[in-house]
Amino acid sequence: MAIKYTQKVIDEFTNPENVGELDDANAVATEGSPACGDMITYNMIIDPETKVIQDIKFRSYGCASNIATASMASKMAKGKTVDEIKKLRAKSVTEELEGLPAVKIHCSVLAINGLKSAIRKWEEDNGFVDPQAPVVTEELVHESLRDVINPETGLSLVKMNMVRHIEVDENKVFVEILVGETDEMFYENIAEETREHLEALPGVVDATVKLTEVPVGK
Amino acid sequence: MGILVTFIITLDDGLASWQAFFAFNLKKAFSAMSGDKHIAYLDNGDSTQVLPEVVDAMLPYLTESYGNPASLHMLGLAAEEALDESRAKIAELINARPAEIVFTASATESNNIALEGLRRQHPDKKHVLISPVEHASVRNVVKRMEKQGLVELDELTVDDNGSVSADSLREKLRDDTLFVSIIHGNNEIGTVQDLPALAELVHEQGAFLHADCAQTLGKMPVDVRALGVDLASFNAHKLHGPKGVGALFVRKRLKLRRLLEGGPQEQNLRPGTENVPAIVGFAKAVEIAVRDMDTVIPQVNELTQQLAERLLEIPHVRLNGPEVGSKDRLPGNLNVTFKYIEGEAILMSLNYGGVYVSSGSACSSRSLVPSHVLTAIGLLHEEAHGSIRYTLSRLNTQADVDLAVEQTKVAVDRLRAMTAFIPEEHSERESEHAKTFYKQKKEKLD
Repeated sequence: MAIKYTQKVIDEFTNPENVGELDDANAVATEGSPACGDMITYNMIIDPETKVIQDIKFRSYGCASNIATASMASKMAKGKTVDEIKKLRAKSVTEELEGLPAVKIHCSVLAINGLKSAIRKWEEDNGFVDPQAPVVTEELVHESLRDVINPETGLSLVKMNMVRHIEVDENKVFVEILVGETDEMFYENIAEETREHLEALPGVVDATVKLTEVPVGK
Repeated sequence: MGILVTFIITLDDGLASWQAFFAFNLKKAFSAMSGDKHIAYLDNGDSTQVLPEVVDAMLPYLTESYGNPASLHMLGLAAEEALDESRAKIAELINARPAEIVFTASATESNNIALEGLRRQHPDKKHVLISPVEHASVRNVVKRMEKQGLVELDELTVDDNGSVSADSLREKLRDDTLFVSIIHGNNEIGTVQDLPALAELVHEQGAFLHADCAQTLGKMPVDVRALGVDLASFNAHKLHGPKGVGALFVRKRLKLRRLLEGGPQEQNLRPGTENVPAIVGFAKAVEIAVRDMDTVIPQVNELTQQLAERLLEIPHVRLNGPEVGSKDRLPGNLNVTFKYIEGEAILMSLNYGGVYVSSGSACSSRSLVPSHVLTAIGLLHEEAHGSIRYTLSRLNTQADVDLAVEQTKVAVDRLRAMTAFIPEEHSERESEHAKTFYKQKKEKLD
């Protein structure tokens, strides 16, 4: 399948802004991993008084849209306050790029989560919030599944009502996903993405993902 | 530009060849100005340009002899004769009998008719074997059979070049093995299998051997008797023929149950009016490929070897599959991993630079999982993600190779300069961890 990017994505990929790192960064975070094929590292300088992101740089390992979304997200973050970034949604990055193919929507989620991780770390380091207590709850698990995108539609598992069951047993998580309406070729990706997001939750030691094909009541 | 145009207009009529010369340069000047740049099509493993000779052979069957080969009148007869001639020609070139050739719409359809046809014909034999480097049109057919509980599926093992281990075949063959399906020339990493040796083992056990020969036909001698195959799949568009036409070789006396119901066309195995123009083009393409093989293949090999040597000079590059230019590898196939960067981004950079290739990375596959062929030969996911396949044909030139090398270096340098994948931070131990991690995930999923 040919990938059709918008001119905005192509421009952002071929001429990204804010590439690199900052020697005096006070907020640094990496999202993703080499094995997954996409990873973004953000370096930021946040003013402790005004909470404004004075400077930001990124490094990206991933596809063209990963680089484009990382660059766009960095441009959107620069000069904004920490609180403004917290309200930023992946959808805004996608819109700023005039759209992404459904299979690439997860890139904008990764880019936004990268920004938010860096901010979270900065807040923890500076005593604005308590370091996250590693208590896993069903609500937290459900929240994290908002970031798992069904590549067929570009919508999250939560939005698509695909989360059938969540079970938390201290540091172990079990999640059942309904994949009945989704093309079979995406099963492996959905299972891997779900597990990856669950294992990234603080306090989670073991995550089990079950894919169920038959929707309830059918 | 204006000067050139004026110059040509004022040229003396007697200087026709000079005029042609300047017109040619003018065209080049125009294309340079309009941003029209040289294109290097290095994705011939996906599809090829149809040769003019092939188009010429096809055209009369679209506009003049357009009858249905099943019709009784003269136009039907003309189409039937063309069909018979094409069948005889292809049969001869692969050392088969005309009645052993079934025309289909693609190698994918041939694979389906062969494997599902065998299963329906022999419902008592429950065991099937495939190599782990099969094309999706074999892999997904047997996976579906397994999922429906119709067969027990086993995979053979391959070495780190993708060659099927004869020992694993010996071990895994059973009394109730129905068929073994092995891709003759692998589409991603170019591995050519030693089918005659494997065929012997398969037949000793009373099983059938099917081979997907979509990539080998026209690139090396394909003699179905010498290969020892019972069934073999082919197509036209990988060897400068048209898309939408393929063939299945079915050894004489081998019975298949057909998948579609309809008329008695194609030995009663593939109902539907034959695509006569495409079949004529297919036969022409095979004829040309076999005719020119001795001159074309060394030329393709030479360019591919040169491309390989120049790309492997780039630091942190890995060759995937057997030695380029050796008899174990498809002519024109080159697959390399550029470490620490991602294939879709490389592919897109090359695309904007006028070089067309493909990649085995998760991000460039529709299903968002890395190539099963690359992971089967032991690549880590992050290595599969950085893979690029260059496939050359007889139509590629030195200029194509030069552009590919130049653009690849530009893309790799640029992407490495911005990568978040810093090798020191991901030690071998972590890579090992990632490997086990994914293996466990996969097992749970299966």
